[in-house]
Amino acid sequence: MSNSKQDWLDGTWAKATGRNPQRRPRFESSSGAEVDPIYGPEDLAEWNYHEKLGYPGEFPFTRGVQPTMYRGRLWTMRQYAGFADAEESNRRYKFLLAQGQTGLSVAFDLPTQIGYDSDSPEAEGEVGKVGVAISSLADMETLTDGIPLEKITTSMTINATAPILLALYVAAAKKQGADLAKIGGTIQNDILKEYIARGTYIFPPRPSLRLITDVFAWCKDSLPEWNTISISGYHMREAGCTAAQELAFTFADAIEYVDAALNAGLQFDEFGGRLAFFWACHSNFLEEIAKFRASRRIWAKIATERYGSKDPRAQMLRFHTQTGGATLTAQQPLNNIIRTTLQAMSAVLGGTQSLHTNSYDEALALPTEKSVEVALRTQQIIGYESGAADVIDPLAGSYYIEALTDRVEAEAWAYLSRIEDLGGALQGIEQGFQQREIQESAFRLQRMAETKERIVVGVNDYVTEEEIDPDLMRVDTALGKRRQQSLADLRAKRDNAAVQAALKKIRAAARTNENMMPLLIEAVEAYTTVGEICGVLREEWGEYREVMTI
Amino acid sequence: MADERPIRVLIAKPGLDGHDRGAKVVARALRDAGMEVIYTGIRQTPQMIAEAALQEDVQVVGLSILSGAHLELFPRVVEELKSRGVDDVLLFAGGIIPKDDITAIEAMGFKGVFGPGTDTNDIISFVKSNAPQRV
Repeated sequence: MSNSKQDWLDGTWAKATGRNPQRRPRFESSSGAEVDPIYGPEDLAEWNYHEKLGYPGEFPFTRGVQPTMYRGRLWTMRQYAGFADAEESNRRYKFLLAQGQTGLSVAFDLPTQIGYDSDSPEAEGEVGKVGVAISSLADMETLTDGIPLEKITTSMTINATAPILLALYVAAAKKQGADLAKIGGTIQNDILKEYIARGTYIFPPRPSLRLITDVFAWCKDSLPEWNTISISGYHMREAGCTAAQELAFTFADAIEYVDAALNAGLQFDEFGGRLAFFWACHSNFLEEIAKFRASRRIWAKIATERYGSKDPRAQMLRFHTQTGGATLTAQQPLNNIIRTTLQAMSAVLGGTQSLHTNSYDEALALPTEKSVEVALRTQQIIGYESGAADVIDPLAGSYYIEALTDRVEAEAWAYLSRIEDLGGALQGIEQGFQQREIQESAFRLQRMAETKERIVVGVNDYVTEEEIDPDLMRVDTALGKRRQQSLADLRAKRDNAAVQAALKKIRAAARTNENMMPLLIEAVEAYTTVGEICGVLREEWGEYREVMTI
Repeated sequence: MADERPIRVLIAKPGLDGHDRGAKVVARALRDAGMEVIYTGIRQTPQMIAEAALQEDVQVVGLSILSGAHLELFPRVVEELKSRGVDDVLLFAGGIIPKDDITAIEAMGFKGVFGPGTDTNDIISFVKSNAPQRV
């Protein structure tokens, strides 16, 4: 009988592995740190329950931000969707709502995200491809037609043009007669990770940060239920970084935004409660759970220790999760349902506030209605059948989960202090630090798959011959032409003097510190387009150029 | 000896999508395999890509796209290359490209299409055995 972990490792374990070696010489976390064969009380020797965990709804929120968590209500099931034009997307949203989805999540096409109208030459070939094309209020009205904006919350994945799309949403809500105090939702509005990984930036950092703080300041009084930013690790993780890097790079971005808002004269506790986060959930089941738990503890410390927060709402890290797109395989696509199920389970055990489950065909094309339905059903099965949602933070106290939560947290703090040493997130980006770190991790993962240190079922092992893809979604190729026509009609019939006047005010405000939000709302209400507004701002502010790291 | 000159490759991202993980991994793998690789960065127009191919005097052009705009943008890149007299380069593509589209892409002159899950060693040997010789 062993008396301690070390005892057991030296005795029973050593004897057993001497006879039959482990199936791999070394087991690792996503960051390459070695994982022991077993965890026990020794691994939590200094560990203090009240300091590390506390209780749900209480500092440091490790166990969850709400006191009731999923006993009150399940997470918001929010499938990211949007394609073609506003009419088609509106149909998909109504389908999803009819299937029991509880919130909307709008995907915009790339021209909309980068500030080009559907009829601009830069938009060629891209209109309606990865999301819905929205150029004017007319499109936003169609997109939200028959959907009561007072009752449903909407998340919009939009960054460089976030204030404009928010203005469009507000204008559409006003046209529905909605009370803005009741309008809830989220805009991603996180430009720094666009420079690092996702790529839909337009303007250089300084005016971009100013737009973000304009949104914080305006929403505080005018749209109090709106989450003004969703600070996102997701895309950096998808680009290849590790779980701890995902946290560290995201918190470094968060610190940059908070500092910008403080410099603009806001108080942390005024806007801290409207900050939301967005994590990926990849395939290492237990490490991801630990990551979610660690993320809440880190943010609670940043909020209180760095920013002196007194308001618990500003210390709670609320987050959306999406399962890992990069973990999906084009080979044997049905296997992706299982991958997504495991990842979704991690997110639930980690206490997510909302969740998008990927569809099994997403490594091949945009998801079909059928595959999206399976993805949504996956969440419903976890929520209603698995029992995983019935007890709050059910894995707390597991030696491994707690040791891993501590380790992910420590690794994230270490990275965060490296970024601080560089001068913060923005300085890091300008030097290519985060980009290079992500590239290195991505390359390491690729190599591990090629040497079979990492098995990807159906890709580098258990391979089968496959002939054809399942039924895939395709966007109508005539869409671009139709969009050009509808924009031409819009430009012919709107009050162009009002449009010019609104653009003139925006140009003037771009040269001062005047809050841009009221001007953007005025402009979009006159049916000024996203491309026209961005055209003026591009002239005033110029465009960001990618830092080359390879 | 002609054989010892490293193969020059342009890895380019046409279109507006910012998903550059695959492009960067491939660029790095080809470079580690001894090739000279120029990576354009994201959001390149067909003209910019063709101009870079001409200026950098590459033998190989690899295009990566994940937005679904490949059938619109690839032909334009080919057209721009031809209009600059760049007609002897090896073309290959990667990204999210449905199998149904591969025939059309091959008809444009692409010799290889590599989807998610590809082993970079396969791309390296593809480039080595298909890159046009330089005299």
